[in-house]
Amino acid sequence: MSYLIKSAQYILEGGAVTLKLFFITLAFSLPLGFVCAMAKTSRIRAVRIVMELYTSIVRGTPLLLQIFFVYYGLPILLPGLRLERFSAAALTFVLNYGAYFTEIFRGGIQSIDRGQYEASRVLGMSYVQTMTRIVLPQTIKRVLPPVANEAITLVKDTALVVVLGIGDILRNSKEIVSRDFTIVPFVIAAGVYLLMNYGVVLFFKKLEQRYSVYE
Amino acid sequence: MSETTDREMIRVEGLCKSYGSLEVLKEVDLSVKKGEIISIIGPSGSGKSTFLRSLIHLEEASAGSILIEGEAVRRADNKSVPDAKIRQHCRKLGMVFQNFNLFPHKTALGNVMEGPVTVLKKSRADAEREARALLDKVGLAGQAMQYPCTLSGGQKQRVAIARALAMEPDIMLFDEPTSALDPELIGEVLAVIKALAEEHMTMLVVTHEMGFAREVSDQVIFMDEGRILEMAPPDKIFTSPDHPRIRTFLDKMI
Repeated sequence: MSYLIKSAQYILEGGAVTLKLFFITLAFSLPLGFVCAMAKTSRIRAVRIVMELYTSIVRGTPLLLQIFFVYYGLPILLPGLRLERFSAAALTFVLNYGAYFTEIFRGGIQSIDRGQYEASRVLGMSYVQTMTRIVLPQTIKRVLPPVANEAITLVKDTALVVVLGIGDILRNSKEIVSRDFTIVPFVIAAGVYLLMNYGVVLFFKKLEQRYSVYE
Repeated sequence: MSETTDREMIRVEGLCKSYGSLEVLKEVDLSVKKGEIISIIGPSGSGKSTFLRSLIHLEEASAGSILIEGEAVRRADNKSVPDAKIRQHCRKLGMVFQNFNLFPHKTALGNVMEGPVTVLKKSRADAEREARALLDKVGLAGQAMQYPCTLSGGQKQRVAIARALAMEPDIMLFDEPTSALDPELIGEVLAVIKALAEEHMTMLVVTHEMGFAREVSDQVIFMDEGRILEMAPPDKIFTSPDHPRIRTFLDKMI
């Protein structure tokens, strides 16, 4: 029994790292996605092209490759820029999820009826007022389901940082597995991931309920 | 039926609008005096809505000039007017849309308060008091806390009218305000517009409701193929129009 508790304890220590990466990624990639979505619907062509490049490259290549690139590749391209392992992973995750959120938010913004812009306009609202008071609040409701999906994927994607030797849930479990020849730690790890995602699902369900007061 | 003064509220000269090679408005002129109620009728695609939308700058005209209470929002020499100025002058116009365009994420009260709070920077308390009074005026005091999705079409349109009135406009533009409504709901919206007419609100109403146009308007404009074919008091338009095209149209309407 104490063996189980000790194993679980060690795996949960990895859980702290996983959670940290999860929250840092969401905290930065959601705003990044919003800003880039606005840029992607901008009237300036050059801005749209830059955004198109960003989302195409990031969404078109494996996240794992991107982690390798930022950690091992960047220092070669830009000597002196050597990120510590966790920072490299966090930066990669923020850029990667930012690209997905950009596309989700862009779709959400563009799904808002033209009449909403016109109604705002005839009330004398500026572009910024129209976006912050009318368009974005409605966009949030519409993008909740796809954002929830991304958040669930993110919980699981964090396991990729194993390749940089970061002690997350998966790496800590694997250490015990190799040491003691038992797969119990993997089962515990699966349980921890499931529990985390249960929390994510619950959170978004509550949020959707709050937004369901209208239409 | 209403008192008009000589003060000119809107002056339009030589207004043109085209989409590519399609000319939607061809050299439209119009002068609207304070307190005047003008209905715009005519077949679909004749440019009625486009004309109304150009006045409040939802459509960018391609030539001509628009003055609102003496202030240019579009200049005949095509020099651009700064957007802030356009928004400032167009605030004297209130607009009601065919499809209501209420903000679905706000209650009826929230819809009416939005302009005064965000644009006029009124305190929420003041805005709420005025918004409740306006909702009462359109007969929806009891629906203040309801979201648009729970309202009928007629109720939605009345909230939209209250929302426009909350900005204290000098002129109201109605773009087919009853065209999206079930027949039994048209009356309640027209009643609200008639009540505004009795208060001598200056109004331009694009409509297919001929009875309403005849009863309420000082002038009726008949538009066809982007032109004003005739502008005359309703009795003249409906009984002895100069243009045979108008008679054909009216015969078909009845």
